[in-house]
Amino acid sequence: MSHVRYFYVWIALLVLTAITVTTAGLNVGRVGIIIVLVIAATKSTMVLLWFMHLRSEKRLLLKLLVPIAIATLAIFIGLTYMDILTR
Amino acid sequence: MELEARDQKVFSRVGMWLFLLSEILIFGGLFLVYAMYRAKHPADFHAASMELSRFDGTLNTTILLTSSLTAVLAIFSLQELNKPRRTALYLAATIGFGFAFLVVKAFEWGAKFQHGLYPRAAELGTRPHGEILYFGLYFTMTGLHALHVIIGMVVLSVMLAWVLGKKVTQQRSAVLENAGLYWHLVDIIWIFLFPLFYLIS
Repeated sequence: MSHVRYFYVWIALLVLTAITVTTAGLNVGRVGIIIVLVIAATKSTMVLLWFMHLRSEKRLLLKLLVPIAIATLAIFIGLTYMDILTR
Repeated sequence: MELEARDQKVFSRVGMWLFLLSEILIFGGLFLVYAMYRAKHPADFHAASMELSRFDGTLNTTILLTSSLTAVLAIFSLQELNKPRRTALYLAATIGFGFAFLVVKAFEWGAKFQHGLYPRAAELGTRPHGEILYFGLYFTMTGLHALHVIIGMVVLSVMLAWVLGKKVTQQRSAVLENAGLYWHLVDIIWIFLFPLFYLIS
């Protein structure tokens, strides 16, 4: 395996950063938060898969640890958000 | 009980990932607080966010992403190429990028302090409630993150010394791998902090 793929990932991360900064400058309104969060999630997934080598991880436990943590957090934040909005 | 080397490698990785999980939950709690206050004070959060420098934030994002690249190249150079000197160079570069990140951060915070924007400042007290909450969260979360950058730099410096001292080699590189995981996690946290504090539209 060549190290060139790390440079590709790095360039993709920089491109995504440029996209997120540009969209924020466009003033797209309420969807703005969704766009930046989707891009941030994509960027961290790339770091997890390639830089942190989860892509080649053979143990299912380690592969699933982070998605489980993120799902837990999403449930916490999502449910609390619902509570605040419907009060 | 004798453990095989292969098992030890797996256990050390499991332990590291569990630790990283606890880190994610620490910041997760703060992100939860952030989400609630932002939902309550959307306009104040937007106004306060406009006072941050998007240029500095973007610059620091680029610095950290690049430091993640050099960190992974350091590990690659040792594990796949067995070139410890190259690993040492990449590690030094990573530490240097970490330092550059902190310098930019220090300038940012310094500018905020000059404008009377810091926790419990009199000037900040006259602002709307949501802006006070925003800056409180801004200093707490970027401060905790900067602390992680400093810890990461110390850990990577130890790795640098161990690689040069042949304590970490191609055959014994698990600790270097774990140090790399920590550095990448610090990067991931910043990936979320950056849009949430600098890019509120």
